[in-house]
Amino acid sequence: MMLDPPQKGDEIGNEYALELKGVSKQFGALNALSDINIRIKPGERRAVLGSNGAGKTTLFNCITGDFPPSAGKVLFFGEDVTEFPAHERIRRGLRRTYQISLLFNGLSVHDNVYLACRGVSRGRFSLRRPHPGDALVQAADGLIAIANLENVRDVMVSDLSYGQQRQLEIALALAGAPRLVLLDEPAAGLSPSERKELISILNRLPEHMGYVIIEHDMDVALRVADRVTMMHNGRIFKEGTPQEIENDPEVQALYLGGGHE
Amino acid sequence: MAQSDMNTSDTTRPDRSARLGGLIRQIPTRVWVVGFFLLLVPSFTGGFVQYQIFGWAFVLGLIALSLMFLGGYGGMVSLVQMTVAAVAGYSVAIFGTSGVSEISMGWPWYVAVIMAIVMGTLFCVATGALAVRTEGIYTIMITLAIASAFFYFTRQNYTVFNGFTGFNRVLPPPVFGIDWRAPTPFYYLSLFCAAAGYFAVLYVSRSPFGLVLQGVRDNPRRMAALGYSVNAHRIAAYAFSGVLASIGGILLVWSNGQISPGTASIGPVIDILVIAVIGGINRPIGAFIGALVYVLLRTYSLDFLEALNLSGERFKLLVGLGFLIIVYWSPDGICGLWERFGPKLKPRSARGREPGREPGREPGREPGREPEGGNDA
Ligand SMILES: Nc1ncnc2c1ncn2[C@@H]1O[C@H](COP(=O)(O)OP(=O)(O)OP(=O)(O)O)[C@@H](O)[C@H]1O
Ligand SMILES: [Mg+2]
Repeated sequence: MMLDPPQKGDEIGNEYALELKGVSKQFGALNALSDINIRIKPGERRAVLGSNGAGKTTLFNCITGDFPPSAGKVLFFGEDVTEFPAHERIRRGLRRTYQISLLFNGLSVHDNVYLACRGVSRGRFSLRRPHPGDALVQAADGLIAIANLENVRDVMVSDLSYGQQRQLEIALALAGAPRLVLLDEPAAGLSPSERKELISILNRLPEHMGYVIIEHDMDVALRVADRVTMMHNGRIFKEGTPQEIENDPEVQALYLGGGHE
Repeated sequence: MAQSDMNTSDTTRPDRSARLGGLIRQIPTRVWVVGFFLLLVPSFTGGFVQYQIFGWAFVLGLIALSLMFLGGYGGMVSLVQMTVAAVAGYSVAIFGTSGVSEISMGWPWYVAVIMAIVMGTLFCVATGALAVRTEGIYTIMITLAIASAFFYFTRQNYTVFNGFTGFNRVLPPPVFGIDWRAPTPFYYLSLFCAAAGYFAVLYVSRSPFGLVLQGVRDNPRRMAALGYSVNAHRIAAYAFSGVLASIGGILLVWSNGQISPGTASIGPVIDILVIAVIGGINRPIGAFIGALVYVLLRTYSLDFLEALNLSGERFKLLVGLGFLIIVYWSPDGICGLWERFGPKLKPRSARGREPGREPGREPGREPGREPEGGNDA
């Protein structure tokens, strides 16, 4: 794995937002991830591509601590977080969305986002009910606006459309001050217009906020990412700019031409 | 998690008195009605009903309420609540006064009471710290194991727990010159504690902490991914439930006048779960309804059974049958029955909005919880 040439973000003490060193994950005899090395700079937008079962979601789970890797190290802004439980990583500015929405179906959109804001602020054990002027309530409203969900603010999650649920997933991941957001196939199953809306939400995010997006659709990936990582069978197969990846004959043979195996 | 009562979006004015007024206005009429009725009960009942029926039901209800809080809002079925009550009960006897003067330290009653609540809560937190790493059936098993270990330990330990005999003459202090064991004073004392516990649970369940706890119940993995320490919130829930159970335990000892290992033997430990389930484990009021039904069955089934020429011992059979019927017909207990048939009797019944959850969800079984983090797909 070659070192990335110095680029934007390097001025912050040569520190990577995320660095994986030899991360592996076994499920029984299955090597879901083998010796993954990735470096992502602060503010970078990275797409992860790969066929079904390539290990993309598993990679996210190891990064966020949903479960620990079998081997290797995870560094978040230079800090070794490999042994940290998930919530400690989140409090350091890591966020994620889930491929299959994990939302609170019995709560309103606003209460979902409020929970997310509360989780990364102080007073997680508070017994005082918030009033409408509460900073967290307003923060939640801000995120609802970013995710274009104002008109369903008080609707129960179970009554949302699929696309709205996916947007809510993103709103939850933007709570607090995220430094790196992992988006697991946010565009999957969306209609073309919902897809457009998603891309515009991503493109409007502040520049310092990096993200890693798993995306099957090459066209979407190319429009929202600075760099692309291709995964195959639990390994990193290629890494480069969107153009390099798109024009790579091996990638074309394996992924673009050959379709999903 | 259908708990939308926290209502971060409601428009109560921020100033305090208005908020208090708002809180009072939120109390539904039926609660006022029940409250006034309970206040008046001593005016038309005798000492037996006040003490043996209502007093006992309030006390057992308070202990069952602590189980309900953990089970209904936290998704953790803990069988250790009666044991927590017994720890508090023993503590009043040990730190305060009793007939066993060699062991009892004779500290002033208020110190003994505070120590009892502290000891009970610590015991509950310690149990919680062990139990929160388990789930579902394993939580039940580990808490049951702790409960039976405590039972056998108290039976064998004579230096602190006075073994098989336990402590007698553990009496409430004559504060204000009142004999708090007399039926009417005890009725009001236990009613006050039960009501305080009930409203405390309601308040906590609608606070941000309560909302988070219900989030942890329904979807622990997601809560961790939002920055919450799942275990810390569960342990905090054990602490709160420990306070409730401890207060119940102190009242229990005062009303019995004694405590011995039998107070927290396996039978009573399970009875608390039965009470909570019969009443409806998803609503705070269910604990008290269950306790009242249990106490009524326990008190009157004797006469009933003897009238049928059956042994009075069979009352357990009746309780068990009732339990079976309720669990079979209405997993939400008597409250669930009310919810199902109440609206038919009364069109605009305020349908229980208490700690709602999706129908059909059993406590202690969280769909969002997978072994080893699991995968999304
Ligand atoms: N919790 C788990 N237990 C056992 N095997 C797992 C688990 N999670 C993932 N796997 C396996 O690991 C491999 C990688 O799965 P992963 O979900 O990471 O793929 P993916 O790239 O996200 O695929 P998709 O595009 O379908 O989302 C698959 O073979 C999968 O079956
Ligand atoms: Mg996946």
